[in-house]
Amino acid sequence: MLFRYLLILLLLPIKAFALIEVDITRGNLNPLPVAVSPLAIDKNSKDNFKKILKEENLGSEISKIVENNLKQSGLFNPLNKDAFLQEPDIANLKPRFEDWNLIKAQALVTGKVTFVDEKLRVEFRLWDVLAGKEMMALAFTTVPSNWRRVGHIITDKVYERLTGEKGYFDTRIIYISEEGPKTNRIKKLAIMDQDGFNNKFLTLGNELVLTPRFSPTNQMVTYLSYFKNLPRVYLLDIETGMQEVVGDFPGMTFAPRFSPDGKKIIMSFAKDGNSDIYTMDLENRIVERISNHPSIDTSPSYSPDGKYITFNSDRSGYQQIYIMNSNGKNVKRISFGNGLYGTPVWSPRGDLIAFTKLHKGKFYIGVMRTDGTGERLLTENFYQEAPSWSPNGRVLIFYRETKTNAKGEGFSAKLWSIDLTGYNEKLIETETDASDPSWSSLLSN
Amino acid sequence: MNRNVIISFGLHTLLVIITAMSLPFLAKKPIDLPPIVSVELIQITDKTNIPFAPKAKKIIEKVKEKEKKLVSEQAPPKKIKKIKPDAVPLPDKKIDKIEKIKDEKQNPEKIETEIKQISEFEKKELFDTNNIAALIDKSKVESSETNKKIDKITQDQNKEMDFGGLTLSEEDALKAQIFGCWSIPLGLPYDEDLLVRIKLQLKPDGSIIRTEILDHARMNKPGQGFYKVLAESALRAVKLCQPLRVPSTGYERWKNMQLNFDAREMLEG
Repeated sequence: MLFRYLLILLLLPIKAFALIEVDITRGNLNPLPVAVSPLAIDKNSKDNFKKILKEENLGSEISKIVENNLKQSGLFNPLNKDAFLQEPDIANLKPRFEDWNLIKAQALVTGKVTFVDEKLRVEFRLWDVLAGKEMMALAFTTVPSNWRRVGHIITDKVYERLTGEKGYFDTRIIYISEEGPKTNRIKKLAIMDQDGFNNKFLTLGNELVLTPRFSPTNQMVTYLSYFKNLPRVYLLDIETGMQEVVGDFPGMTFAPRFSPDGKKIIMSFAKDGNSDIYTMDLENRIVERISNHPSIDTSPSYSPDGKYITFNSDRSGYQQIYIMNSNGKNVKRISFGNGLYGTPVWSPRGDLIAFTKLHKGKFYIGVMRTDGTGERLLTENFYQEAPSWSPNGRVLIFYRETKTNAKGEGFSAKLWSIDLTGYNEKLIETETDASDPSWSSLLSN
Repeated sequence: MNRNVIISFGLHTLLVIITAMSLPFLAKKPIDLPPIVSVELIQITDKTNIPFAPKAKKIIEKVKEKEKKLVSEQAPPKKIKKIKPDAVPLPDKKIDKIEKIKDEKQNPEKIETEIKQISEFEKKELFDTNNIAALIDKSKVESSETNKKIDKITQDQNKEMDFGGLTLSEEDALKAQIFGCWSIPLGLPYDEDLLVRIKLQLKPDGSIIRTEILDHARMNKPGQGFYKVLAESALRAVKLCQPLRVPSTGYERWKNMQLNFDAREMLEG
């Protein structure tokens, strides 16, 4: 009897706590609605910045940069400012979440700009509208001329807080600026912010320049230039403008690229008629042969941990993608699809390899896992190549050429970006035609 | 000797009484069981929108008419719904807000009592569809007592359905709603454990009283920043979706619920 009671007593709590569980395994990939309120600015600061920067309202301009960056990412949907009900200065102190909820904002960016000791001070806050709480609050002080970078840094912080990965907005893109007819192009080395602003030319266009690549650790760039018809590999420090010749190499030299620690350059060049992969130590300038095969091995790229190298080779009869250990051993083919594969680039996240594919007369930019599985073609066009990863491994930048007509007119080369979903493809505006882009690491690292 | 016999007799009688009292209690269980089946069936038909039997409809309408006489028509039930979506602050703050709402309900001001009555009436409307017999009983008593009865009936139902989960259609409706609200952060590493378990305490109308992230400690662990982002996105989804599409009956059964948000499937593509 007692046992019965005990049994009932034991069973009763179990009954009371039986919890219904529901598994949610799907969600939507719609851009998150975000309200970017203009940054509040007092009259005195406004007048000072107007004098120095010729900008009418710096608070609004910075918020526009943030808004544009978020929109370009494809992951956010910045809401129309006309719908905002709360004034920027009040919103920055304590937003009335009901008002922001009303316009369907899920996150809110507010901030304040002040002129302090001849410097620009920007504070900003990110709010979770649905939870009604502050997610982040930061302040920056810098020289006023850096105001565009402040906008990019704010975007990086907001992006990181809401997506869980680092942003890519406070970055630069180095590329080859092209002008003139197709048969006689003037090619210059050029650099700009990732949003196309602050464009600068780094060379005069007297020499042919090719394949600039940023160092993953700092603002150094390596590129190829032809001096008296001989390929030379250069190192250029963007911060100081200092440039040096790394070396003259025989025959066809291709695509020098940094190792993940920035201490080596890896490239391919032809020696005794055989194109193989080599590395050069930037400290002692010792060149080491990595691959040794009678076929043509080109376009090497290190994995982010530096343990592996991906490259393309025609050793199977057709150009395909391979990976090997960083010492050249254990070579393994990873691409097996139809068509030709080239320009493999290892993602900074380490999970994917981007490539260019040529199949049935069309060029594709795609990605595959590092074991060759999960191939996804992100974009297709008449001619496009040279993908380069954003520092967070979320977006690829590449260049695309258009067809010329029968008279040889209408040719153009432009930079494009596409994210890993394949849906968010954007043209990156440049002053001239552009090719061979390379994305820098985050400047604010 | 006699005393011992009396004590023994007394104790034995006591045991017999306890057993006699407990046995019917135990025996009642199987008697209570049949309604589980009937309630379940009604619930499914309700979800699949099968129209009510004409007789039942007439009875419901009669009861509605009687009840309308007791309730002011001025405050539409939407008023309450408008209050609830706005109550979306931090979990801790939320509890405060809910407490405030409760206070308001206890306030003897006329409008608020009206609102309360209407809300209860609204609940009853939903309940009517499944429990015609209960309705007829209720129509005979005062409206204040009706509320109590509803509670009782709900509890009875809960007894019947405690061990039952959501039906497939109920679960599908809830999932479909949350799918639409959950914006998955795309930057998450897909080789990590991307499961966030959130325990919810719900009101009868599906709005949220309390949320609790079950692996809360993980949010502040170094190197687990992505988990915080994922957990926040799941919380946003729940808040955005409220009131959740919960069954119209069996509140006790689902008032506490656990949602397991797993982003792996989506991110791995």
